[in-house]
Amino acid sequence: MVQRVKDWLQSFLFLELFEGMFTTGRYFITPKFTIQFPEEHTPKSPRYRGLHALRRYANGEERCIACKLCEAVCPALAITIDSERRPEDGSRRTTRYDIDLFKCIYCGFCEEACPVDSIVETGITDFHFEERGQQIMSKDKLLAVGDRFEKEIAVARAADSRYR
Amino acid sequence: MNEFTQFVVGVWLQVPGWAQYLLIIVGEILAIVIPVILVVAYMTYFERKVIGYMQSRIGPNRVGIRGLLQPFADVIKLVMKEVVLPRNANRFLYFLAPVLAILPAIGAWVVIPFYPGVVVADVDAGLLVLLAVSSIGVYGIILAGWASNSKYAFLGAMRSAAQMVSYEIAMGFAIVGVLMASQTLNLTEIVQLQAGGIWHWYFIPLLPLLAVYFISGVAETNRLPFDMAEGESELVAGFHVEYSGTAFAVFFLAEYTNMVLISAVASILFLGGWLSPFEGLSWIGQPSTFWLLLKMAFFLFLFLWFRATFPRYRYDQIMRLGWKVFIPVTLVWIFVEGAMIIGNVHPWFA
Amino acid sequence: MLSPGEIIYQALFYLFAGAAVLAGLRMILTRNPVYSALFLVLAFVNVALLWVQMGAEFLGIILVLVYVGAVMVLFLFVVMMLDINLATLRQGVTRYAPLGLVVAGLIIAEIVWAVWGHFLGVGNTPQTAASALSNTRELGTEIYTHYLYAFEVAAAILVLGIVAAIALTLRWRPATKHQNPGQQMRVKADERRIRLVDLKAGKKGEES
Repeated sequence: MVQRVKDWLQSFLFLELFEGMFTTGRYFITPKFTIQFPEEHTPKSPRYRGLHALRRYANGEERCIACKLCEAVCPALAITIDSERRPEDGSRRTTRYDIDLFKCIYCGFCEEACPVDSIVETGITDFHFEERGQQIMSKDKLLAVGDRFEKEIAVARAADSRYR
Repeated sequence: MNEFTQFVVGVWLQVPGWAQYLLIIVGEILAIVIPVILVVAYMTYFERKVIGYMQSRIGPNRVGIRGLLQPFADVIKLVMKEVVLPRNANRFLYFLAPVLAILPAIGAWVVIPFYPGVVVADVDAGLLVLLAVSSIGVYGIILAGWASNSKYAFLGAMRSAAQMVSYEIAMGFAIVGVLMASQTLNLTEIVQLQAGGIWHWYFIPLLPLLAVYFISGVAETNRLPFDMAEGESELVAGFHVEYSGTAFAVFFLAEYTNMVLISAVASILFLGGWLSPFEGLSWIGQPSTFWLLLKMAFFLFLFLWFRATFPRYRYDQIMRLGWKVFIPVTLVWIFVEGAMIIGNVHPWFA
Repeated sequence: MLSPGEIIYQALFYLFAGAAVLAGLRMILTRNPVYSALFLVLAFVNVALLWVQMGAEFLGIILVLVYVGAVMVLFLFVVMMLDINLATLRQGVTRYAPLGLVVAGLIIAEIVWAVWGHFLGVGNTPQTAASALSNTRELGTEIYTHYLYAFEVAAAILVLGIVAAIALTLRWRPATKHQNPGQQMRVKADERRIRLVDLKAGKKGEES
């Protein structure tokens, strides 16, 4: 009986409703932790696996020696490599190095397999394609990414080198 | 009087009498419609901000400073969109429905006083006019649902119409309580009878009626937690699924205008309209439209707070609440109020 | 010569009256039942406006509030949900037309009989009682003094109607499962509705 009266009072005094409104009201005044994305970024680990890049040595020579280890290890079969001897010095180089970003699962095996630290995954996460075919990252595009972000890539590799 | 004012007065006197009359009417209409639409526009912005804040987000902040131009971006987007007429829809009723929804929503504002004398039509039966006009709003929804020739729209319209008709009764009873206290149907007089400080306002003796009135108002406007009519999860968007572009914008406008209207009426009936809560305390105690707007803002904030807090009701629970809880509660309180009137309880029923 | 105000008054009167008559006719003649209901709404609104114009604002507003705002909404509900077959609806028209005409004639005769002596000219509109009291208050005083018994009887009949309607249509079927929100609300988590069993990590199939 007493319980009945208690329940009755509780529903007519909206106690539970006020409790809920108190909770939302509290969140209304708590500070927000939204990151303003294009201007601000959340901090990223140096091991972050984003868009791929091909690196060069300091003298401008490309690192890739067309060993095809990355092609072999790639679980999604996203990498396609053709290679030939370079006429100038006879060194083994790629003529084609394509990564299909729609197939890629960003597992990072390619950069682990690479003996010369040529193919790497950068911290770039925000990229997009506007037309069909653009998802294929050709050798030129990968080298361009590498040239543009070499500084960041080098810093990230250095930070992670102890654990490799 | 400088030359410019003289010129303006001169031009005004040249205008024939009937044209003056017409111009004044048009001016009054604009003086109501434009502020209402602006309030509605910023209500949508405010809604997204407030609900965002309650969900630990910050809401729109890209268009203009702190997103202040967002409503205009939304309006431009809606106006640019194509209005699609569904196949087999009833063309005439399909386009009549949004008009029928917006007309009563804006029309009801004619009897709302913002200050003694600042009212378009100071009619004796103002409160009844308000009830009658706002009860017509349901036609817009019903016809929209039927004319769209879509089962989702139709189900949504059925739900919301049943809901609006049911809650109108509870709302009417809540208003009866105010009438008993004030002995008049004129909204200006109702406010003036509450003069004399915050403890003279009707919300103290009529607190249950205020609660019933406001909750019924939330249900009337089909806002959360009573938005069965829209019910995104099962009915997509209820009665206006098939509407797009401007036609949809008009429904949106009607819903928000009704929210603002409910807030205004609640402030006038229960919270003393333009009267100051600190009556008698020098300048801050002066009655002013500012107080009315502040009270309306409070109720509008409650609308948003409800939306951010409560989950949607189940349909049978809505009907149970309206018929089995609110109507008995109002009836009981009307009797209690009758006893208070007979007992001359000061200061409300002197 | 009429003054401009009177001209507007008269023009509005004929506008509302004409619209009401037209809407009434269309309500009968239109094929689509939904349109019929909507024309009836239009007729109601016009009649309400006429009443307001004649100074009976309370009656006019109540007409809109009750009939337009509630009754016709329910009518529309029913009409929209019924899939009315127009062909079967029209079958009996010729058979019942004479009877309908007789009833219509009777009603018109009654109206003429009641109205004839009082006012048939336009100038003879009913006099509104000039008083300081508002229309609503006056109506209330009349109802609760002169017509108290009639009013109470009407109220009693209406209550009886509601009770009878509900009693006739309400069916308690014991087999239906329905929820009682009050009961649901009273259930507390601590009432041991769920038994938490502490499963010890051990041999397979062994219950602790």
